[in-house]
Formats: sequence, structure tokens, C-alpha cells
Amino acid sequence: MDAVTSRRFPALSGGLGGVLLPRLFQAGLVAWLVGTLTFVLTRTLPGDMAYRIAAGRYGHDMVNSAAAEAVRVELALDQPALLAYLNWLGDLLRLDLGNSLVSGEPVLHELSHQLGHSLGLAMVAVLLSLLLGPPLGLAAGLRPGGVLDRASEGLASLLRALPPFALGLLLILLFSVSLGWLPAAGHGRVAHFVLPALTLALALAAVSSRVARNAMVEVSGSAYYAFSRTKGLGERLSFLRHGLRNAAVPIVAYLGVQFVYLIEGVVVVETLFAWPGIGHSLVHAIVARDVPMIQGTALVMGLMFVALNTGVDLLCHGLDPRRRQS
Amino acid sequence: MSATTPFTAGRVGRRRLATRQRLGLGLLGLLLAIAWLTPWLHDADPARQQLTRILELPTLATPLGTDHLGRDLLARTAAALRLSLGMALLSVVSAAVPGILLGVIAGWRGGWVDRVLGSLADACLALPGLLLVLLLVAIAPGNFWALYVGIALVLWIEYFRVVRARTRVLVASPQLEASRLLGFGPGYLFRRHLWPELAPQVLTLAAFGAASAILAMAALGFVSVGLRPPTAELGLMMTELLPYYHEAPWAMAQPILVLCLLVLSLNLLAGRDPR
Repeated sequence: MDAVTSRRFPALSGGLGGVLLPRLFQAGLVAWLVGTLTFVLTRTLPGDMAYRIAAGRYGHDMVNSAAAEAVRVELALDQPALLAYLNWLGDLLRLDLGNSLVSGEPVLHELSHQLGHSLGLAMVAVLLSLLLGPPLGLAAGLRPGGVLDRASEGLASLLRALPPFALGLLLILLFSVSLGWLPAAGHGRVAHFVLPALTLALALAAVSSRVARNAMVEVSGSAYYAFSRTKGLGERLSFLRHGLRNAAVPIVAYLGVQFVYLIEGVVVVETLFAWPGIGHSLVHAIVARDVPMIQGTALVMGLMFVALNTGVDLLCHGLDPRRRQS
Repeated sequence: MSATTPFTAGRVGRRRLATRQRLGLGLLGLLLAIAWLTPWLHDADPARQQLTRILELPTLATPLGTDHLGRDLLARTAAALRLSLGMALLSVVSAAVPGILLGVIAGWRGGWVDRVLGSLADACLALPGLLLVLLLVAIAPGNFWALYVGIALVLWIEYFRVVRARTRVLVASPQLEASRLLGFGPGYLFRRHLWPELAPQVLTLAAFGAASAILAMAALGFVSVGLRPPTAELGLMMTELLPYYHEAPWAMAQPILVLCLLVLSLNLLAGRDPR
């Protein structure tokens, strides 16, 4: 996407526009994809959509064919497919996401609660992973092949083989069931943050530590690093002045890839720990066939992904002057 | 990237595997053997319930014990392994073939073909992979094929990108230019010049892709939006056995252990840290 946009908008490439425009385009694509897939969902689900919405609104005991008919006319569910599709996308464009079929509340209202919880969890997890992974990786990369390097490699391989839900399960069994130190599920207190955030953070750190290690090996093998040592800078100073910033570029760039993992992890980890966030709600909505909620949650998760990646792009832009010139 | 090619090419046609890759291959072979030999050696129906014999410890009749519905755990674990491996193979093959083909076309032709295919790949990646799979699965709940299409749709992009980037470099190389001027057709050029260079990277991607396909299916099974009971599926087995971790820890350990070993073997086989 980068290449295409910079070719089409030569004036913008190189500047901030070259970073932001592709992401803006991606955000639009996410909205269209989610809207289209959920529209297909409304057309293919077995049963009568009008009945289901009426049941969501008036309660399962109060539904009759008259109520369903009223809903059908009001929401224009009897339209031909193409017209209904355009209307569906139009509603999406106006951010009219409708009401949840289960709770009857407006989807936007529910989302605003959940987004805070999910973002909180994701932020704590990313910060924790940055505290665990890169420092370990940088230390390992300073002595490639050493004890620390090999130990951290073994640990990282093991952690990468453990999917987040299995890792979370094992942490629950260890810290909540056997030791009784931390609550296994729920939310509200700080203690509730520990296990879900740790689950996500360990999995993220397993990869970021290796990325940091490889980056450090590359930096410490480079000519400018050797020169900084030759001209008389101590090991500490040359690491701080020349090593850290250069090694940071791939680590930060890789964060963008890791956000895919984070969004996926949020779905299973929130479900496992009964965390009242967006991922948990998406799974619930799919199980309950609550189409407006599916659309809303998927949309917010997709846009969150785009927003996080935009942040990474901007950070790379600031960290690496080479990007600004080319 | 070329400094650490995973399958160190020796002479043409012979490749030497690194130690960790041999380890992964051995582990994978063991799991394959367990998956496909079990039905021959141990004749039990993975779905047959015996409610008088629930959560039993391993015995001779049931070598790995029974689950909360009295189903034979060895038969179930083997069936789940077959399902996971089958899904992995199917989705990797059906992601790799179009991925490589389109990658070569895009890298070779360049121009608008390249731009169209590149945008298509970007569009598939606009949503995080699992989210796309989740939405497709929501359309056809509990359907193996919806799951498979979703996973393949996410996986093909990696092949496409890697193959496209490599092809672009190779097409400009003098040896390929020479072959082309000698009048060889595209089939020969692909076999002789492109494939030997692409194969090691494609194999690494295939191993990682198989691992992600297995993890995606298990994750969806675990949050109960994937395949439906009574299918023996690793993630589903974990959710089912979770309430009994206290009475039967060995039962719940089995799907977890098998899943981890499976993913570990594939990661080892891939032979390289993710970039």
C-alpha cells in the first residue's frame, strides 16, 4: 500500500501524509469489510431477522407476527438485497450501529464501556511485554551464543509453542488454584489485571525478545558500532549512544506485527478471564447471533488495530531519519 | 535474510537440515504416528460415551483414561490430532499454491498486475487474521469449511509477499535473462531458476503457516465459536475438560500437551526466529 500511495500522491510521500494516508485507506477498508461480512450474516442466518430483532426489543414473550411485521417495515428488511446492502453501509457511514439484539441497548453505548476495558488490558500487556522482552533480548544479543542467549531462546521457543489460552490456563492453575495469590477471573481491582496482562505479555515478550536479540547482534556487528568502540567510548556509552536507538527501530517496527497477535490474544484471553472487554463481547455476540453487536465489536477491533499501527508508523518515522528522507 | 537460510542448500537437490529442524521433524513424525496408528492399534470410537466410567485413570482398556462423558481419551486425542494436522495440511497447501503463483506473476510482470495483486493482499490483511476468520465462522457456525476458507485466506498473503519480493530480484538476474534469451519457456525458467531459490523460504513459511492454522482452530474451539461438540478438537477438549481439572488433571493436560508439542515441532522445523 505504501508504494502505491506514494506513486499516486508524490507530494505526500516522505512526509507525514505518506504515513497517514495508507492507514486512512485501511480504516475505510476495514469498515467496508466488516459491514459487508455482517450484512451477509443478516441474509444467511437461519430464521427470520425481523422476528429476532422484535424479540430483542420487546422480549421473547411479547413477540407476535404483528410486532415482527412492524419491525420489518421500520427497518426495511423486506427490501431487495442490493438496496438493503446500500442502506446497511449508509447506516454504518453515519455510525448508526443499531441496538444489541440481546440487551436492547444501543451498540455504541455498550462499546464505549468495553473499549476502555480492552484498551486498559492491552496497554498494560504491551508495557509489561516491553519491560520483559527487549531488555532480555538486548542483553542476550550483546553476548550471542552465551548462556543467557541460549536460555532465553529456549524459553522463547517454549512460550511461542503455548497458545495464549493454554498459557492463561496454566497461569490460573498455578497462581489462583494452587497458590491462591491472584483472582482467576473477573475485573475491578488491580489484582485482576495481573494474570490476563501477564498471559498476553509473556507471549508478546517471547517474540520481541528474539527480535531485540537479532537487532542487537546486527548492530554490534556493524561498522559504526565497532568504530564507536575504537574511538574510545566505553561499552556502556557506545551501547547507550549507538546501540539502543538503532536496535529500537526493528523492535518498534515489529510491534506493528505483534498487534495482530494482541488483537487475537485479546479475544481468547478476555474470554478465558471473563474480562468485560470487546473481545469477550465479540465471542458472546457470535454465540448469540447478535448481528449488530458482531458488527460493532468487529469494527472497533479492526479500527483499534489500524490506530495502533498508525502509532507504530509515526514512532518509526520519528526514530529513523532514513525513512523521512527516502 | 540470506545469511540464515533455514534449509542450507548444499549441492543441487540435496539439503542439509539443522539440528533443531531434525528435532522438529522427529517430533512431528512421532505425533503423526500417534495420530494415524492409534485407530489401528486401539480400536475405540472417540465419540462413544460410557457414563458409568467417567474420568477414569489410565487402564489397559483405556491407555490414557476417560473424559467427563466416559469417552476414550486416547482415541479422542488421536482424532483431534488428525483433525488439526489435516486442517493444517489442507490450509497450507491451498494458501501456498495461489500465494506462490500470484507472487511469481506479480513479481515477474510488475506494473498494474503487481499493483492490483498487491492491493488485494493488503485488503486481506486490513483486518487482523483471527478477526476475519471469526466473522466468516459467524456466517456458518460450526462449519469446518468456513474455518478452512478463513484460515487459507489469511495465510496466502505471506507466500505472496515473500515470493513476489524474491521473484522481482531474480527476474532481473543475468542467469535468468540468459535463459530467457536462449528461448526457454516460463515453465522451465520457473523450475530451473525460481523454484530452487524460493523453496527454502516457502518451506519455512509452510511450517509457520501450519502452526498458525492449528492455533487458530484451537483458539476458536476454545472460545466455543469453532467446531461443535462432540467433535474431538484440541481447543474444544480443553474447554470441556477445564471444569474437571481438579478431579482429572491428567485428562486436561493431554490436549494442552499435544497442542504445544505440535506447535513446537512445527516451529522447530521452520528453523528460524520470526523476523
